[in-house]
Amino acid sequence: MNSEEIISYLPYSAPFLFVDKIVSVGAKSITGTFRFDESLDFYKGHFKENPVTPGVILTETMAQIGVVSLGIYLVKTEGGDLQHVQIVLTSSEVDFYKPVFPNETVTVKSTQEYFRFNKLKCYIELFNEKEELVCRGKIAGMIKS
Amino acid sequence: MRTNEQMISDLKEIVKPYIQNQHGFDSLTEETDFINDLKINSANLVDVVLDIEDKFDIEIDNDSMDKMLNVKAALEIIETKLSEK
Repeated sequence: MNSEEIISYLPYSAPFLFVDKIVSVGAKSITGTFRFDESLDFYKGHFKENPVTPGVILTETMAQIGVVSLGIYLVKTEGGDLQHVQIVLTSSEVDFYKPVFPNETVTVKSTQEYFRFNKLKCYIELFNEKEELVCRGKIAGMIKS
Repeated sequence: MRTNEQMISDLKEIVKPYIQNQHGFDSLTEETDFINDLKINSANLVDVVLDIEDKFDIEIDNDSMDKMLNVKAALEIIETKLSEK
Protein backbone atom coordinates (compact mmCIF):
# COMPACT_ATOMS: atom_id res chain seq x y z
CA MET A 1 0.00 0.00 0.00
CA ASN A 2 1.36 3.43 -0.88
CA SER A 3 0.83 6.72 0.92
CA GLU A 4 -2.13 7.91 -1.21
CA GLU A 5 -3.87 4.55 -0.85
CA ILE A 6 -3.60 4.55 2.95
CA ILE A 7 -4.77 8.18 3.20
CA SER A 8 -7.74 7.44 0.92
CA TYR A 9 -9.00 4.89 3.47
CA LEU A 10 -8.66 7.25 6.44
CA PRO A 11 -12.11 8.14 7.79
CA TYR A 12 -11.18 11.85 8.17
CA SER A 13 -11.27 14.95 6.02
CA ALA A 14 -10.26 18.59 6.44
CA PRO A 15 -10.32 20.27 8.91
CA PHE A 16 -9.73 17.11 10.90
CA LEU A 17 -7.31 15.19 8.68
CA PHE A 18 -3.81 15.42 10.16
CA VAL A 19 -1.88 13.24 7.70
CA ASP A 20 -0.12 14.67 4.61
CA LYS A 21 2.13 11.79 3.70
CA ILE A 22 3.06 8.29 4.82
CA VAL A 23 6.83 8.16 4.33
CA SER A 24 7.28 4.48 5.17
CA VAL A 25 5.15 1.65 6.48
CA GLY A 26 5.70 -1.99 7.45
CA ALA A 27 4.14 -4.60 9.70
CA LYS A 28 5.90 -3.22 12.79
CA SER A 29 6.23 0.51 12.19
CA ILE A 30 5.05 3.56 10.27
CA THR A 31 6.38 7.09 9.64
CA GLY A 32 4.31 9.99 8.37
CA THR A 33 4.29 13.79 8.16
CA PHE A 34 1.86 16.67 8.54
CA ARG A 35 2.23 20.42 8.03
CA PHE A 36 0.25 22.66 10.41
CA ASP A 37 -0.86 25.43 8.06
CA GLU A 38 -1.35 28.77 9.77
CA SER A 39 -4.89 28.96 8.37
CA LEU A 40 -6.08 26.06 10.60
CA ASP A 41 -9.12 27.23 12.55
CA PHE A 42 -7.98 26.38 16.08
CA TYR A 43 -5.07 28.84 15.88
CA LYS A 44 -7.65 31.65 16.15
CA GLY A 45 -8.40 30.62 19.73
CA HIS A 46 -5.36 28.65 20.95
CA PHE A 47 -4.17 30.97 22.20
CA LYS A 48 -5.61 34.50 21.83
CA GLU A 49 -3.09 36.46 19.69
CA ASN A 50 -0.57 33.65 20.27
CA PRO A 51 -1.11 30.65 17.98
CA VAL A 52 0.32 27.36 19.30
CA THR A 53 -0.77 23.87 18.19
CA PRO A 54 -2.97 22.34 20.94
CA GLY A 55 -1.67 19.20 22.64
CA VAL A 56 -4.89 17.36 21.81
CA ILE A 57 -4.27 18.08 18.13
CA LEU A 58 -0.69 16.75 18.40
CA THR A 59 -2.12 13.66 20.11
CA GLU A 60 -4.68 13.33 17.30
CA THR A 61 -1.90 13.64 14.70
CA MET A 62 0.05 10.88 16.48
CA ALA A 63 -3.08 8.70 16.54
CA GLN A 64 -4.06 9.30 12.88
CA ILE A 65 -0.57 8.46 11.57
CA GLY A 66 0.68 6.09 14.27
CA VAL A 67 -2.40 4.00 15.02
CA VAL A 68 -5.08 4.51 12.35
CA SER A 69 -2.82 4.59 9.25
CA LEU A 70 -0.78 1.65 10.55
CA GLY A 71 -4.02 -0.15 11.45
CA ILE A 72 -5.37 0.31 7.91
CA TYR A 73 -2.14 -1.15 6.53
CA LEU A 74 -2.34 -4.12 8.92
CA VAL A 75 -6.03 -4.82 8.20
CA LYS A 76 -5.28 -4.72 4.46
CA THR A 77 -2.31 -7.06 4.93
CA GLU A 78 -4.56 -9.52 6.76
CA GLY A 79 -7.10 -9.38 3.95
CA GLY A 80 -9.72 -7.35 5.83
CA ASP A 81 -12.42 -5.23 4.19
CA LEU A 82 -11.33 -1.61 4.38
CA GLN A 83 -14.64 -0.22 3.13
CA HIS A 84 -16.24 -1.02 6.47
CA VAL A 85 -13.36 -0.42 8.81
CA GLN A 86 -14.31 0.97 12.23
CA ILE A 87 -11.81 2.61 14.52
CA VAL A 88 -12.08 3.86 18.10
CA LEU A 89 -9.44 5.42 20.31
CA THR A 90 -9.23 3.48 23.56
CA SER A 91 -6.29 5.01 25.43
CA SER A 92 -3.63 7.68 25.15
CA GLU A 93 -0.79 8.60 27.44
CA VAL A 94 1.37 11.38 26.02
CA ASP A 95 4.13 13.61 27.41
CA PHE A 96 4.96 16.95 25.75
CA TYR A 97 8.39 18.56 25.51
CA LYS A 98 8.25 21.37 22.92
CA PRO A 99 5.62 23.60 21.29
CA VAL A 100 4.64 23.39 17.60
CA PHE A 101 3.92 26.74 15.92
CA PRO A 102 1.91 27.50 12.73
CA ASN A 103 3.52 26.35 9.45
CA GLU A 104 5.75 23.76 11.10
CA THR A 105 5.92 20.28 9.60
CA VAL A 106 6.05 17.39 12.03
CA THR A 107 7.14 13.77 11.59
CA VAL A 108 5.40 10.98 13.49
CA LYS A 109 7.19 7.68 14.07
CA SER A 110 5.19 4.81 15.48
CA THR A 111 6.22 1.32 16.53
CA GLN A 112 3.69 -1.42 17.13
CA GLU A 113 3.63 -2.88 20.66
CA TYR A 114 0.97 -5.39 19.74
CA PHE A 115 -1.96 -5.96 17.39
CA ARG A 116 -4.17 -8.67 18.83
CA PHE A 117 -7.90 -9.28 19.13
CA ASN A 118 -8.50 -6.09 17.08
CA LYS A 119 -6.56 -3.90 19.50
CA LEU A 120 -3.55 -1.99 18.17
CA LYS A 121 -1.24 -0.42 20.72
CA CYS A 122 1.74 1.67 19.63
CA TYR A 123 4.67 3.62 21.02
CA ILE A 124 4.71 6.93 19.14
CA GLU A 125 7.12 9.86 18.88
CA LEU A 126 6.53 13.20 17.14
CA PHE A 127 9.48 15.31 15.95
CA ASN A 128 9.77 18.87 14.56
CA GLU A 129 11.82 19.91 11.50
CA LYS A 130 14.95 20.25 13.63
CA GLU A 131 14.41 16.58 14.54
CA GLU A 132 13.76 17.56 18.14
CA LEU A 133 11.36 15.38 20.13
CA VAL A 134 8.07 17.30 20.58
CA CYS A 135 6.00 14.63 22.30
CA ARG A 136 5.90 10.89 22.81
CA GLY A 137 3.62 8.32 24.33
CA LYS A 138 1.48 5.22 23.95
CA ILE A 139 -1.79 5.26 22.06
CA ALA A 140 -4.17 2.34 21.50
CA GLY A 141 -7.31 1.79 19.49
CA MET A 142 -9.72 -0.94 18.49
CA ILE A 143 -9.87 -1.60 14.74
CA LYS A 144 -12.59 -3.75 13.23
CA SER A 145 -13.30 -4.47 9.60
CA MET B 1 0.04 -27.23 40.30
CA ARG B 2 -1.89 -24.14 41.34
CA THR B 3 -5.04 -24.45 43.46
CA ASN B 4 -8.28 -22.78 42.40
CA GLU B 5 -7.82 -20.16 45.13
CA GLN B 6 -4.33 -19.33 43.88
CA MET B 7 -5.61 -19.06 40.33
CA ILE B 8 -8.41 -16.69 41.38
CA SER B 9 -5.96 -14.61 43.37
CA ASP B 10 -3.58 -14.45 40.36
CA LEU B 11 -6.50 -13.44 38.15
CA LYS B 12 -7.59 -10.74 40.63
CA GLU B 13 -4.12 -9.25 40.53
CA ILE B 14 -4.25 -9.20 36.69
CA VAL B 15 -7.68 -7.53 36.36
CA LYS B 16 -7.10 -5.00 39.16
CA PRO B 17 -5.66 -2.15 36.99
CA TYR B 18 -8.57 -2.36 34.54
CA ILE B 19 -11.69 -2.57 36.74
CA GLN B 20 -14.18 0.25 37.10
CA ASN B 21 -16.36 -1.28 39.79
CA GLN B 22 -14.54 -1.67 43.11
CA HIS B 23 -17.48 -3.37 44.82
CA GLY B 24 -17.65 -6.03 42.11
CA PHE B 25 -13.90 -6.52 42.45
CA ASP B 26 -13.98 -6.82 46.25
CA SER B 27 -16.72 -9.47 46.09
CA LEU B 28 -15.20 -11.33 43.11
CA THR B 29 -16.24 -14.98 42.73
CA GLU B 30 -16.14 -17.52 39.91
CA GLU B 31 -19.47 -16.13 38.70
CA THR B 32 -18.12 -12.58 38.31
CA ASP B 33 -18.52 -11.25 34.76
CA PHE B 34 -15.64 -9.10 33.51
CA ILE B 35 -17.76 -6.66 31.53
CA ASN B 36 -21.02 -6.48 33.51
CA ASP B 37 -19.71 -6.86 37.08
CA LEU B 38 -16.23 -5.37 36.87
CA LYS B 39 -17.03 -2.86 34.09
CA ILE B 40 -13.85 -3.69 32.19
CA ASN B 41 -14.09 -2.27 28.64
CA SER B 42 -13.40 -4.36 25.55
CA ALA B 43 -10.01 -2.73 24.92
CA ASN B 44 -8.86 -3.50 28.46
CA LEU B 45 -10.21 -7.04 28.20
CA VAL B 46 -7.52 -7.53 25.53
CA ASP B 47 -4.93 -6.34 28.07
CA VAL B 48 -6.32 -8.77 30.65
CA VAL B 49 -5.91 -11.64 28.17
CA LEU B 50 -2.36 -10.56 27.21
CA ASP B 51 -1.44 -10.35 30.91
CA ILE B 52 -2.92 -13.83 31.46
CA GLU B 53 -0.73 -15.12 28.61
CA ASP B 54 2.38 -13.64 30.24
CA LYS B 55 1.52 -14.77 33.75
CA PHE B 56 0.73 -18.39 32.83
CA ASP B 57 2.99 -18.64 29.77
CA ILE B 58 0.16 -19.76 27.50
CA GLU B 59 -1.31 -18.55 24.20
CA ILE B 60 -4.97 -17.57 23.97
CA ASP B 61 -6.53 -18.01 20.52
CA ASN B 62 -9.45 -16.05 19.07
CA ASP B 63 -12.06 -18.69 20.03
CA SER B 64 -10.89 -18.72 23.65
CA MET B 65 -10.84 -14.91 23.66
CA ASP B 66 -14.51 -14.84 22.64
CA LYS B 67 -15.40 -17.15 25.56
CA MET B 68 -13.34 -15.29 28.14
CA LEU B 69 -16.23 -13.33 29.62
CA ASN B 70 -16.20 -14.27 33.29
CA VAL B 71 -13.87 -15.60 35.97
CA LYS B 72 -15.09 -19.19 35.61
CA ALA B 73 -14.55 -19.28 31.85
CA ALA B 74 -11.12 -17.67 32.23
CA LEU B 75 -10.08 -20.29 34.81
CA GLU B 76 -11.28 -23.11 32.55
CA ILE B 77 -9.43 -21.72 29.55
CA ILE B 78 -6.23 -21.23 31.56
CA GLU B 79 -6.45 -24.79 32.92
CA THR B 80 -7.07 -26.24 29.45
CA LYS B 81 -4.15 -24.33 27.94
CA LEU B 82 -1.86 -25.32 30.83
CA SER B 83 -2.78 -28.99 30.43
CA GLU B 84 -1.98 -28.82 26.69
CA LYS B 85 1.54 -27.66 27.39
